[in-house]
Amino acid sequence: MLEIKDLHVKLEEEDKAILKGVSLTVEAGKVHAIMGPNGSGKSTLSYVLSGRDGYEVTEGKALLEGKDLLEMEPEERAAAGLFLAFQYPVEIPGVGNMTFLRTAVNAQRKARGEEEMSSGEFLKAVRAKAKELKIDADMLKRPVNVGFSGGEKKRNEILQMAILEPRMCILDETDSGLDVDAMKLVSQGVNALRDAGRAFLVITHYQRLLDHIRPDVVHIMADGRIVKSGGPELALEVEKNGYADILAEVSA
Amino acid sequence: MNTAVQSRPLTRAARREARLQATAERVARLPLPESAGWLARAREAALDRLSAMGLPERRDEYWRFTDPAPLVAEAAAPADVFQITDEPLVFSGIDRLKLVFVDGVFDPAASDDLAAEGLEICRLAEAGQTDIHWAQDLYGTLEARGHQPVPRPLGALNSAMASDGLLIRATGKVSRPVSLIYSRKDPDADTSLHHVIRVEPGAEMTLLENGPVAARYSVVTEASIGAGGTLHHVRAQGRDHGRSGITHFYAQLAEEAVLKSFTLSANGRVLRNEAVIWLDGKGGSAHVAGAAMGDGAFHHDDTVFVTHGAPGCESRQVFKKVLRNGAVGVFQGKILVEQPAQLTDGYQISQSLLMDERSQFLAKPELEIYADDVKCSHGSTSGEIDDDQLFYLRARGVTEAEATNLLVLAFLSEALEEISREDLAEEIRVRLEGWLGRHRR
Ligand SMILES: Nc1ncnc2c1ncn2[C@@H]1O[C@H](COP(=O)(O)OP(=O)(O)OP(=O)(O)O)[C@@H](O)[C@H]1O
Ligand SMILES: [Mg+2]
Repeated sequence: MLEIKDLHVKLEEEDKAILKGVSLTVEAGKVHAIMGPNGSGKSTLSYVLSGRDGYEVTEGKALLEGKDLLEMEPEERAAAGLFLAFQYPVEIPGVGNMTFLRTAVNAQRKARGEEEMSSGEFLKAVRAKAKELKIDADMLKRPVNVGFSGGEKKRNEILQMAILEPRMCILDETDSGLDVDAMKLVSQGVNALRDAGRAFLVITHYQRLLDHIRPDVVHIMADGRIVKSGGPELALEVEKNGYADILAEVSA
Repeated sequence: MNTAVQSRPLTRAARREARLQATAERVARLPLPESAGWLARAREAALDRLSAMGLPERRDEYWRFTDPAPLVAEAAAPADVFQITDEPLVFSGIDRLKLVFVDGVFDPAASDDLAAEGLEICRLAEAGQTDIHWAQDLYGTLEARGHQPVPRPLGALNSAMASDGLLIRATGKVSRPVSLIYSRKDPDADTSLHHVIRVEPGAEMTLLENGPVAARYSVVTEASIGAGGTLHHVRAQGRDHGRSGITHFYAQLAEEAVLKSFTLSANGRVLRNEAVIWLDGKGGSAHVAGAAMGDGAFHHDDTVFVTHGAPGCESRQVFKKVLRNGAVGVFQGKILVEQPAQLTDGYQISQSLLMDERSQFLAKPELEIYADDVKCSHGSTSGEIDDDQLFYLRARGVTEAEATNLLVLAFLSEALEEISREDLAEEIRVRLEGWLGRHRR
């Protein structure tokens, strides 16, 4: 599904390398988790994959189902099935949440040469998913993320994911800021989407999310590289001992 | 030879002398429209006012950001007539009383019957002889009042010169909007229109205006809103590129009266919209808003003056401009709170969205407060499309062009919210979307 090969990325504005050779392959149907100390480059990886400005890829490549992601505009990546749940969802005053969702759904459909969703169909779909995520009607009417609490913003990201039905979902710290119940709701939302044709890359600091969303593979990222990969037990090790042991072992 | 004398800067007094002299010469040549009775007297009085203050000049404080020359010059610059063929004319979806002007001349054949429930309507060009008590004591009166504290000579010029216009009186709650439709045929027409609107106590009406009037135009509207009366005003100023125009919208509000005025402007060489509002009775509410879209050789000026003269009134000024390819936007807005106007709630915001570095926004927001118990806020900002918002939208699959449009509409939404009827707001929104669609980068 997603194939990242020896990806090197530096900042456009200054000569600072952030990603120093990331390689990672996520197969369809699988859930991979990335953990790693603050500032190790996890969000940068997610931004570069989704096409944000400000980064320069100096080496390596990233393919989504064999297609070169790095050649595409952000909207083309989305239409091709990539989705990023932002670590910091953006507030857009003046744009209603519903308008935003419908515009996004129809833009992606149009890009794929599919028919637009009728407004009846759309409303029904949004209402059903919103209910599952306990997002009330009032939140849907408000401008995108404006006045939403931290946890509400994260749930809104998952609502978008549920409506857009992407094939490759990257979740950047979707669990941070969530209370225990919201974490369950969000995890249920994610698990409901799990199927053989879809893959997840879940960035998190906490084992707790991985209790709900069981990963197939866990990667540890440090200083712009994947330094270790393993099964779910790797997350438990991090939870217990922090990163010190792993990092020491890797550099040894 | 007196070059030495000429190159020395003129003194203030000498400059004033020169201005009045030039204005007097101009006034002597003005072809005043023929009229009789009260209208003839009102024109004479307006000319006297004009002669006493002189025509505006670029160095005037109130014209610092906008050169009055094209509006003042003896000959008007011609402007190609712009035929709108790519979208229905604005308000065409609204059931309304249609009153049509062609190149600034009322066209009875193209208009609906002037007799309408709850309304009295009379054409200015035919009004001088008749005793129309409800209009004749207003004509030129608000314009005269509006010279304090800032002279607005082009308002006086209009009262003297206006060749046509409508006198409209609402005596009850009129739900069907009165729609003034300005259309153009003549690329050279230079026109002054003057309307008088009287909303009687407790009455309510909606005034729509659309179209560019003429190659050069001046439109004055004097509105008096009686106690508990309401005037809704929505104006769309057409798309003709070469035209220049100035409008003055004067309104005085009695106790508990309500005014909501919104203007959409796109294109135009020079366009200045002045709004002069007095809240004279307690509990009045006046909202003036505007959305302007400028591309290229576009100079748009909103000059607003709201006076709170009575306690417990509320006013809002909401002006938004989207500028690209070197367009210029101006906002001069003032809230004056006089000493009796305790518990005033005044709000003013002016913002521009600059789509490139060549465009500019010049703003002069002002507050002047003489009462002690008031709540007033004002703000003015100039910004660009927010990169994070743009990326967020694109990351969800929205194309860059469509995402930009969404953000531009979002930027304008606070002004659009000032339109009280949803069907009218929708008419305006469609024009904005059309403009955005035509101006993709
Ligand atoms: N635009 C930028 N300008 C300057 N530094 C940047 C920029 N973007 C990223 N960085 C730096 O790159 C490094 C990686 O940042 P990134 O946000 O990817 O870390 P992260 O692994 O997501 O951290 P966290 O766990 O705290 O979210 C950090 O040192 C950060 O300061
Ligand atoms: Mg991060």
